[in-house]
Amino acid sequence: MSDIVEKTLTALPGLFLQHQAAGGSGVPRVSVSSRLGSLIRSITALTSKHEEEKLIQQELASLKATVAAPNTTLRLMKECMVRLIYCEMLGYESSFGYIHAIKLAQQGNLLEKRVGYLAVSLFLHENHELLLLLVNTVVKDLQSTNLVEVCMALTIVSQIFPREMIPAVLPLIEDKLQHSKEIIRRKAVQALYKFHLIAPNQVQHIHVKFRKALCDRDVGVMAASLHIYLRMIKENPSAYKDLTGSFVTILKQVVGGKLPVDFNYHSVPAPWLQIQLLRILGLLGKDDPRTSELTYDVLDESLRRAELSHNITYAILFECVHTIYTIYPKPELLEKAARCIGKFVLSPKINLKYLGLKALTYVIQQDPNLALQHQMTIIECLDHPDPIIKRETLELLYRITNAQNVSVIVQKMLEYLQQSKEEYIIISLVGKIAELAEKYAPGNEWFIQTMNAVFSVGGDVMHPDIPNNFLRLLAEGFDDENEDKQLRLYAVQSYLSLLEIENALYPQRFLQVMSWVLGEYSYLLDKGTPEIIITKLYRLLINKSTTSETKAWIMAAVTKLTSQTHSSKTVEKLIQEFSVSLDTCMRQHAFELKHLQENVELMKSLLPVDKSCEDLVVDASLSFLDGFVAEGLDQGAAPYKPHHQRQEEKLSQGKVLNFEPYGLSFSSTMSSSGCTGRQSPAGISLSSDVSGNSAETGQKETNSLKLEGVKKLWGKEGYLPKKENKAGSSPELQPIAQDSTLVENVDQMIMKKDQSQALHHSEEEAEKQRLASTLFVGLGSESAVSLLGKTDTVSHKFRRKSKINDTKNREVTSTHNINCSSFSPLSNAPYEDNDHLNSFQDKEDIGLKKCSLGSEFLESGLKSESLTELHLVENFSACSLSPPSLFEDNSMEIFHPPHPTLSSFANEISLTSSLLEELNEHVHSDLVELCNNEMLKVSSCKIWKDDCLLLVWLIVNKSSLELKNMNLEITSTENFKILEHPGFCFPVIEAESTKSIQHHVQMEKLFTEEDLSGCVKYKVEEDPYIQLEFSITLSLLDFIRPMKICTEDFGKLWLSFANDVKQNIKISDSQANLPFALKTLQQKLRLHIVDIIGNEGILACHLLPSVPCLLHLRAHEGMAALWFRSSCSTLPDYLLYQCQKVMEES
Amino acid sequence: MIKFFLMVNKQGQTRLSRYYEHIEINKRTILEADVIKTCLSRSKEQCSFIEYKDFKLIYRQYAALFIVVGINETENEMAVYEFIHNFVEVLDMYFSRVSELDVSFSILCAYLHSTMQRVPVTKWAGKYYLSYPES
Repeated sequence: MSDIVEKTLTALPGLFLQHQAAGGSGVPRVSVSSRLGSLIRSITALTSKHEEEKLIQQELASLKATVAAPNTTLRLMKECMVRLIYCEMLGYESSFGYIHAIKLAQQGNLLEKRVGYLAVSLFLHENHELLLLLVNTVVKDLQSTNLVEVCMALTIVSQIFPREMIPAVLPLIEDKLQHSKEIIRRKAVQALYKFHLIAPNQVQHIHVKFRKALCDRDVGVMAASLHIYLRMIKENPSAYKDLTGSFVTILKQVVGGKLPVDFNYHSVPAPWLQIQLLRILGLLGKDDPRTSELTYDVLDESLRRAELSHNITYAILFECVHTIYTIYPKPELLEKAARCIGKFVLSPKINLKYLGLKALTYVIQQDPNLALQHQMTIIECLDHPDPIIKRETLELLYRITNAQNVSVIVQKMLEYLQQSKEEYIIISLVGKIAELAEKYAPGNEWFIQTMNAVFSVGGDVMHPDIPNNFLRLLAEGFDDENEDKQLRLYAVQSYLSLLEIENALYPQRFLQVMSWVLGEYSYLLDKGTPEIIITKLYRLLINKSTTSETKAWIMAAVTKLTSQTHSSKTVEKLIQEFSVSLDTCMRQHAFELKHLQENVELMKSLLPVDKSCEDLVVDASLSFLDGFVAEGLDQGAAPYKPHHQRQEEKLSQGKVLNFEPYGLSFSSTMSSSGCTGRQSPAGISLSSDVSGNSAETGQKETNSLKLEGVKKLWGKEGYLPKKENKAGSSPELQPIAQDSTLVENVDQMIMKKDQSQALHHSEEEAEKQRLASTLFVGLGSESAVSLLGKTDTVSHKFRRKSKINDTKNREVTSTHNINCSSFSPLSNAPYEDNDHLNSFQDKEDIGLKKCSLGSEFLESGLKSESLTELHLVENFSACSLSPPSLFEDNSMEIFHPPHPTLSSFANEISLTSSLLEELNEHVHSDLVELCNNEMLKVSSCKIWKDDCLLLVWLIVNKSSLELKNMNLEITSTENFKILEHPGFCFPVIEAESTKSIQHHVQMEKLFTEEDLSGCVKYKVEEDPYIQLEFSITLSLLDFIRPMKICTEDFGKLWLSFANDVKQNIKISDSQANLPFALKTLQQKLRLHIVDIIGNEGILACHLLPSVPCLLHLRAHEGMAALWFRSSCSTLPDYLLYQCQKVMEES
Repeated sequence: MIKFFLMVNKQGQTRLSRYYEHIEINKRTILEADVIKTCLSRSKEQCSFIEYKDFKLIYRQYAALFIVVGINETENEMAVYEFIHNFVEVLDMYFSRVSELDVSFSILCAYLHSTMQRVPVTKWAGKYYLSYPES
C-alpha cells in the first residue's frame, strides 16, 4: 500500500481523538467530556428501561432542534450524527436526522464527510428513498483528486447503493480498476462485488477485468476479487474451469507462506483466504475428475501444513475435508480426511466436536463406514449435556436412518423434542420424524403411535403438510387391501383410547386428524359403535378450547357417522343445540344435518362409506341450471350481464335519458324456483354469478352442453354411492395402551441384539454397545445403497398408489364421450360452407402473391396488426361479399418486408430489418416515434412473436456528436413483466448512428389498455445528463395469440374449463352472416377459427404465455350469442368486452 | 454470509451493532435482547455455536462483554469464531489494551463500524487490514 495513503488513513482516527480531547479534560484516551460521553454516562447510571427511554427521547428532541437550526455548523452537525448513531443503536429511531447525514457527507470536510457517510450507511437501507440523494455526492467524490475522498466514496458504494443508479457510477468505478494505488483498486473491486450482488447483469461486461483483478500483484485486490469469483462459480461452475490452475497456484503460494507476514494470523498464512480458495476449488471440482485431478496436490499440502493445533487451522482443515468430499474422490485423500474427522470427533474441545459431527453429517452419505468407526462417540454425543451437540448428532442419525434402525432413531428424536421448547427446532424435527416414519415404518402400530407423538408434540406449529400427507396416506392406502384395513382400524382404535383419557388436551390439528379418521373409518369397528363415537365427538364439540375450524371437522365427522346409524339421541341434542348457535357456520352445518337426517336414503347416497378417494366431477358451469335459466328468460327475465358491462351501461345511461319503456318485470315463478336452485351443491353455488344462459331458450336442445352422464354430487364430502357398510368384516378390536408400544418395540429390538453382544463389558458400556448396534444396524459397505436411499423409493414402506392417475384417465375418457355427444348436433349440421371455403382459399393464395408484388399495396400494407394466419378467413369472407374490392380494403393488412425507399422511416426500417432478422419472420407494427429532440430520437415497434411480445426500441443519434452513457430504462409497473433487465446502457453512441434494444414483455395483470413508460438519459461531452421520457400503449390484444387446435381438442378443453361468460349482442345487418363476423374477430382479436358449422363457429386463442380461452359463437336473427370459456376467471370478461367493441365498430 | 455483528455486555446493553441485512429498528432491540439471553444461558463448557431460528450464532465472551455474530449455513463456524478473536486483537492493539468502555465511550466505536464492510469474513486476510482501519 502506498505510504501516503496509508499515513492519511491511519491519521484519521487520531484526528478524532485530538478533536475531542481539545473539547475538555478527562481521561486522555477517552473523550469523556463530549456530549456523547455524558450521554453514555447518564444512560449507564440509569436503572430502568423506562428512564432510559425518557432520557433518550429528551436527547432526540434536543438533537432534532439542533440539526434543524440553520446556524448549526458542520462540526456540530458531525457531533450530532454520532449521538444519533448511538441512539439508533439503542433502538430509538431518529429518522429526522437521515437527511442531515446525507448533507454532511455532501458538504463536510474530510472528517465530517467520513462521519456523514458512516451515518448514511448505518441509517439507511438498500431501498430507502433518500439514498438517491447520495448518488451525486458519490459521483463527485469518485472524481475527486483526493484519494481519501475516492476511498470514502468507494466504501459507501460497496456498503449501500441504490440499484437503479448503478449505471451512473459504473464507468467511474471501472476506471478505478486501473488506478495506481492498490487500496483504490481493491475498493473498486469490492464496489463491483456489491453491484454483482444486487444487479449481476449490469456488471457482466466487466468479467474480463475481474480476471485482471485476480492476477493483480497486490494480494488485497486479488483477495477481494475472490468474493466475486466464489459467487459466479457457484452460479455457473462450468464457465470458470479454465481458472482452476490459477486458483491452485494462488493457494499453493498462500499455503507455502509466500505472502507478506502481515497476512499471518497466529502464524498461519492468510487463513480466511485459504478457506475461500478451498471453497472455490470444491465448487470447480465437483463431479469433474479432470479438474479435481489438478487440485489433489494442493489439497494434500493444505492438509499437511495445517498440523498446528490452533482453532484457525481446524477451520482450514474442516474446509479441506469438505472440499475433498465434494470433488471427485481420491482414495488417499479420503483416508486422510477421514482421519482428520476422527481427530475432530474425538477431541475433548466441544467446538471441535461440533465441527467433527458437522463434517460427519456431510460425509456420511458417501462413506457410511465412517459412522461405524465412530459409533461409540456418536452414542456419547447423543447423551451429551449440551443440547446443541445432541441436535447435531440427531441430524447425523437422520442421514443414516434405514428400515432397521428407524425406531431407535425416531425414539431419540422424540426424546429430544420433549425437552426442547424452541419452535424452529420443533418444526424441523417433527418434519423429519414424519418423513422417516412414512419411509421406514416397521409396522402399523409403530407408525400410528409415532404419528400420534408427532401430532401431540408438533401441535399447531408443524407444517400443515404433515397431517395432510398422513390423511392422504391413510385414505389412498397401499397395494394390500388387508394391510390398509389393519392400519385404519388401528388408527381408529388408538384415537378412541386417546379420547378416553379425561381432561387430556390435544392440539387442534391432532383433533382434526382424529375426527376425520373417526368419521371415515370407524365403520371398521364392530356394529353399534357409531353412537359411542358420536358421543365422544360431541364432547369435543362442546369443549371450549376447540376452535371453530376444528368444530367444522368434527361436525363433518358426525354427519358421516349419522348416516351409518338409525337414530341417535346425541345427534338430536347436537342439532338442537347448534341450530341456535351464534356461529353461523355451525348453525348451517346443524341445519344441513337436520335436513339430511330426515331423508335417510339421500344421506346414505351422499355420504357413502370409504369413498374418500373417489374423484368428484363438479359441473362448475352449472349447466344443470340451464333449464331453470331458460324458463326464467321465457318469463321475460333479463339475461345476465357481467359486471363490467353493467357498469358501462350505467355510465352511458347517466348521460342519456332513457325513452324506452321498461322491460317486463320478473315473474313470480322466478323467486319460487330460486329455492330449488338453492338445493344444488352449496359448495359450488358461488359460481352462479357466471351462469345465465341468456336468450338461447329456443336453441337450447341443439347447442347447450348436456352433462347427463355426469353425476351431480355434493362439495367436499360428497361421494358416489356404491359400496355398503363393511363394518361386519372388520377384525376384533384390541385395546392397546398408547405410548407403551413404542417403548416396547425398542426394548424388544435391544433385547434381540443383546443376545449376540459380548458379555465382558461393564454394565454401562454394554448399554451403549446395545444402543450402537441398534443404531448402526444395516450400515456398512454391503448396505451402502440403502443408505443413500433417501431418494430411493423402493425402500418406502408406505408407497402411495397411483390411484389418482387412474381416475384422472377415466375422467378424461368420460368427458370425451360427453363432449362427443354434446357436439354431435353440430357435426350433423349441413356442411355446405366448406366448399366455398376451399375454393376461396385457392383464389386467395393467388391474390396474396399479387398483392405482395403490387407496389400500391405497399403503401397501405405497412399498417400492422396482421397475422399471416388472418388472411385465410379474411379473404374467404371478404370474397363472399365482394371479392374484387379485396385489395383496396385498407383493413387488409399484410406484413411485408419494408421497402427501403418507402418513407422518412426508410433509414430506420432498413436498419431494423438488418438488425433483426426475426422481424422478417414475425408480424410487427410499424415504427412509432416516441420522443424526439434535436439530438436524438427514440422510436419503437412491437413484434408479435408467437410466444411473446417483443418491443424493439431504436435510438437514433441525429447529431454529429457522440452521445455518452446512454441509458434506457423502463419503469416497472405491476401490469407488465419485462423478462430482461428493464434498464440498458450504451457507453457511447457514435454520431448519426442507430442502436437498438429489445425487451420481451409479458402481461402480469389483465388489463385492456395500459401505458408502458420509460426514459432515456444521455450525456453530450461533459454536460449534465439530458433526460427524455416516453411511453407506449400496450393493449390486451398485443398479448393474444391464436391457438391452433382441432375441433376435438376444443371439445375436451371446453369441458375442462370452469369459468364461462355468455353474452348476446346485436349485430348489424352487414355482419349478419357468420363468416363476416368471424372474420372480424379473427382479424382484430387474433382468434383462431377452429371450425364453422352452420350458423355456429368455434374459435380459440390464448393469452401469452399460455392461458387458453375458447369462444363459441352463434349467429341468429341479428343477434350473436357469444360464449367464452377459459381457465382464467377474468379473461373471458375482458375478451367479451373486446369482442363487443370490435363488433360495434365494424 | 454474516448477518449481523453485535457487542453486548452481560447487562444486555448494546455496545456496538452492525447489521448487514436490513432489520427494522424495533425488531433489532428484540433480537439483541433475545440473543444475549441465549448466550448468557450457556456455560463455558458448552459449544460456542448456537442454532438460533433459521440461522446460527457464534459467540465469544471477553470478561463481561459478549461478541455475537449471526451467520447463515454457508459460513464456516470456526473461521467466524476466530474472526471474532482477530477483531478483538485489533481493537486491543488499537487502544493498547482494550476495555468495554473504550468501545462505548469513544466515537471510534462508530468508526469501527466502517472496518466491517459488507464483505464477509474471509476478506480479513489477517491483521493487516484490521490494523489499518479503512476509511
